[in-house]
Amino acid sequence: MNADIFLWLAQDGVTNGAIYALLALALLLVFAVTRVIFVPQGEFITFAALSLSMLEAGRVPGTIYILAIGGLAAAAIEGFGAARSRAWRRLPRIAALYVVLPLAVALLVAWAAPRKPDQWLQVLLVLAMVVPLGPIVYRVAYQPLASASVLVLFIASMAVHYVLVGLSLVFFGGEGLRSSPFWDARFKLGVLEVSAQSLWVLAASLVLIVALWLLFEHTIYGKALRATAINRVGARLVGIPTALTGQLSFLLAAFIGAVSGILIAPITTLYYDTGFIIGLKGFVGAILGGMASYPLAALGALGVGLLESFSSFWASAYKETIVFGLIVPVLVWLSLRSRHVEEEEERE
Amino acid sequence: MSAALELEGFSVAYGKVEALHHASLRVAEGAIVTVIGPNGAGKTTLLGAIMGLLPSKGRLHYAGAALEGAPTEERVARGMCLVPERRELFAELSVHDNLLLGGFHRRREGARALAADMAQVYARFPKLEERASQLAGTLSGGERQMLALGRALMAKPRLLLLDEPSLGLAPRIVREIYHIIADLKRTGVSMLLVEQNARAALQVADYAYVLEVGDIVLQGPAAELAGHPRVIETYLGLSSAAPRAGAS
Amino acid sequence: MALFIAFLALAPFALSEFYVTLMNYIGLATLVTLGLVLLTGVAGLMSFGQQVFVGFGAYATAVLTIQYGASPWLGLGAGLAFTAAAALGLGLITVRLSGHYLPISTIAWGLAFYFAFGNLDFLGRYDGLQGVPAISLFGWKLESGRGSYALIWVATLAALLAAHNLLDSRSGRAIRTLRFRATMAESFGVDTARLKLIVFLYAALLASLSGWLYAHFLHFVSPGAFNVNIGIEYLFMAVVGGASQVWGAVIGASLLTLLKEWLKDILPRFFEQSGNYEAIVFGLLMLSLLHRARDGLMPVLARLGRAHRRIPAKVATANPLPRRPGPPAGEPLLALAGVQKNFGGLAAVRALSFEMRGGAILGLIGPNGAGKSTVFNLVTGVLRAGAGEVRFRGARIDALPARRIARLGIARTFQHVNLVGGMSVLENVALGAHLRGAKGTLQAMLRLDREEERRLLHEAARQVERVGLAAHVQEAAASLALGQQRLVEVARALAADPVLLLLDEPAAGLRFQEKQALAALLQRLRAEGTSILLVEHDMDFVMGLVDRLVVMDFGEKIAEGLPREIQANPLVIEAYLGGIE
Repeated sequence: MNADIFLWLAQDGVTNGAIYALLALALLLVFAVTRVIFVPQGEFITFAALSLSMLEAGRVPGTIYILAIGGLAAAAIEGFGAARSRAWRRLPRIAALYVVLPLAVALLVAWAAPRKPDQWLQVLLVLAMVVPLGPIVYRVAYQPLASASVLVLFIASMAVHYVLVGLSLVFFGGEGLRSSPFWDARFKLGVLEVSAQSLWVLAASLVLIVALWLLFEHTIYGKALRATAINRVGARLVGIPTALTGQLSFLLAAFIGAVSGILIAPITTLYYDTGFIIGLKGFVGAILGGMASYPLAALGALGVGLLESFSSFWASAYKETIVFGLIVPVLVWLSLRSRHVEEEEERE
Repeated sequence: MSAALELEGFSVAYGKVEALHHASLRVAEGAIVTVIGPNGAGKTTLLGAIMGLLPSKGRLHYAGAALEGAPTEERVARGMCLVPERRELFAELSVHDNLLLGGFHRRREGARALAADMAQVYARFPKLEERASQLAGTLSGGERQMLALGRALMAKPRLLLLDEPSLGLAPRIVREIYHIIADLKRTGVSMLLVEQNARAALQVADYAYVLEVGDIVLQGPAAELAGHPRVIETYLGLSSAAPRAGAS
Repeated sequence: MALFIAFLALAPFALSEFYVTLMNYIGLATLVTLGLVLLTGVAGLMSFGQQVFVGFGAYATAVLTIQYGASPWLGLGAGLAFTAAAALGLGLITVRLSGHYLPISTIAWGLAFYFAFGNLDFLGRYDGLQGVPAISLFGWKLESGRGSYALIWVATLAALLAAHNLLDSRSGRAIRTLRFRATMAESFGVDTARLKLIVFLYAALLASLSGWLYAHFLHFVSPGAFNVNIGIEYLFMAVVGGASQVWGAVIGASLLTLLKEWLKDILPRFFEQSGNYEAIVFGLLMLSLLHRARDGLMPVLARLGRAHRRIPAKVATANPLPRRPGPPAGEPLLALAGVQKNFGGLAAVRALSFEMRGGAILGLIGPNGAGKSTVFNLVTGVLRAGAGEVRFRGARIDALPARRIARLGIARTFQHVNLVGGMSVLENVALGAHLRGAKGTLQAMLRLDREEERRLLHEAARQVERVGLAAHVQEAAASLALGQQRLVEVARALAADPVLLLLDEPAAGLRFQEKQALAALLQRLRAEGTSILLVEHDMDFVMGLVDRLVVMDFGEKIAEGLPREIQANPLVIEAYLGGIE
């Protein structure tokens, strides 16, 4: 391997690693606040990336149907609950949030798609379609399980993953899509040729990470999220509604998933189920960071990106095996480090 | 006098085991009511259920409104507030942020109102102001209890539930805490106080209940109960053989 | 049950080849699911990676029989051996980690091995391996679906029976503590990490066996059969069926296998587009199941234990277990010297020293939060002291793990009742006698443990009677009142035949007469030579019972002496009464 190839691989690794880092942060956030191991995060990546490619081709993305179906399901659950407690005054709000809003977005996209809007508008439309799916998924699948154990929530995650991948195949079909880059230019940086798309990915990741930091350090909602993650009972006692923090964390996760999908769409060809594997690489990163520390998780995710990039050079067929096999030595290390593992004994 | 809190036939069960059976209890507006009893009698369970942390059966009226089944956040928004036995602070947030979050349900009142209350809390607990930027997890036991109380005050409660406020505290700090409780009473806050330290509780309270194995076995004005032989034997004296050491 | 076996016996003669094949798939899935029921439902370890072990079993035999012409039986042995080695390796790493690491890592290694299977040349890459021979048994070649049927279902039934036997045994009781009560189990001498590993290994071997049967039944192995989705579906099967018991594995595997077949058949008629509709249905089915079993399906799965309780109403009499010789009265028994324990920056126990002698009851009292329970945890090895020494009969025990300390004859109760709610009172108490039996998991599966089992249960019944709960012996522990549950804790500690008994607030929640009965029991125990360290708040109870008292406040010993000395000690009065003026 010469220096050029090395640098090229490193660039590739850092670019993917930055996306994995975003995902790792979202996964940690959701886990800390809701104790949900959010496997279906990957599906948001798929939805966003495939929607972007379809909008580019002037086609109406299937995401609008998923959004509409999800919205109606959430409205049905909320509406049923309101009817049972005779809280009729809640109905208009439920209708606005879960029926009118998703349908409006769906119609807007259906109207706009054939007109091939500007790339920036496409991105906004994709966000408008995918981000609301976060709270909707939380409302439909997880909120009824808010008090369940981590393992039950994990099974729920696998069930949601199954449903979303199933829907993904129905509405996107089996073909692989890749969108065109935002910026086609390439720069010479010394010996290294940098693609503008890579710079985009890095810049967007950095901006998002800083934005998240500001949110958590300087807004009361961000602090409420952290407080919930630190002490759930304490959070309830100061009046932080757990449903709100759950929806908020899923909103952020969906947003991060959607942004990751938009960033990765021009780099990789995605199929209806690719997001699962991308999301899991974020998980491997988070585990490298011990499932607790945000900076360590981000570093771990960068490491995953680099490992993947270099192993695709040395043993491309075994790239995935190596990346996912990486988890074994990490677990050995974690296992040696933890003396006593009763800290999280489930409650009966 | 109207009631701040009224429970009737109030039961709490863990699985099949009932930890509290058909309790009836009343806190008059502006009064301090104490529930005393041995460990495992169901006192903490009672407070948790009043806050909606545990599912309960029976009637719960707060300031005239039926709140059975209401989520905890609604109870907090209506002015109920619990200082739990385990304090339940946000250990990895600063003292300042802990207090700020105490006013979470008042976030729409604006930063100025909260800042004014924060200043009041700091005036009451100068120790907390010194440590404002320290993480809550680094505080000592007494400081934690002050932070827990301070956080509760930020919520501007109308009914304050206190679970073992003297637990694990040195006598000097216990005295301080009880001064604050008496002070709060003067501002019109109603209180439900759960204590092992029966003597202290009976001294500040207007009315008292004795809880044993999930049942209310005795009740009456606090001063009367303090003289009841059963209370003296079990909770106040170290059995009948002990000398009646008064609070010095 | 008998109906089920009759159905199995008649099925190959009555059903068409298509349905026999379907039955074979159900049997294969049942084997894997059964492992998951034990692993997830009973022991609380969740795996989405069982298909990897199925793959090991299948590929091992395929490679050996096709490429080396070896006998399928050699393939079975090799597959099991390879699986065992891999499962031991993976298990050693993961079972010690907390709950959520295992499922995530199982998904990760599921993906890793799926891509490995698909890329290794000698495994035929994504095309797989064709032409796995049929199994020969006593000269019969099990060629058709009907041929494999008998073998598959005999193996499945044997595995079900073994699992059933296992849960109803000494090891089984210990396994059933793993999910919620591992700390408690360690305090009674159970090596929980080793047990978790055994369950993990058993589940992996069942999966591997299923893989071997699969390869010889289909004559073909390819990576598609071992992808992550299959692993997820196995877990779904365990969840769906797990509600009842070990036999729930059959129910779950049958339901989902049939449902999948039916959906594949019927859904394309409604939808023109091709799509993985059954995945959507499966997912929604799981979600609604989770939602309806409101507190999660884990308690539902845990009912495995409850439904399983079929001990005869009367416990058979048996030879009593041998007793441990106690130390002579007055011998130094327990000594703490300068013991220190900090939590974060707070000192829970500070430079604590005291001694107790054999045949005595020592009371440890002090206000709430004084550090009494921490002392218990330090003595029993649940916590490790930061400094200082703990000696038991002269030997240091402060560095020993809880289960080693239990071996020395120290038994305890817990302040927060620590019973397995779904097990009967009798089984809970029998757990206390864990160290007085020796039969392991294999002997339990083969029912070679019955004599010892009778003796253990007999001993447990004796202790239940002693604490006055004979009427409740077969009831689920969770259905007793809190005070009675504390008595079950006492009985469990007694079943360990302790030299030193540590009781943490045994009288809390008891009514007056129950307290008197308990006091009488403790006095009898003392007379028999058992020493007792007692934490209790009810002063009437304590003062009438103990020989000496140690008083703690803020983690420090503030007084020590005879009850009447303590009652007159001004420091003690100040600590207890505080006073506010």
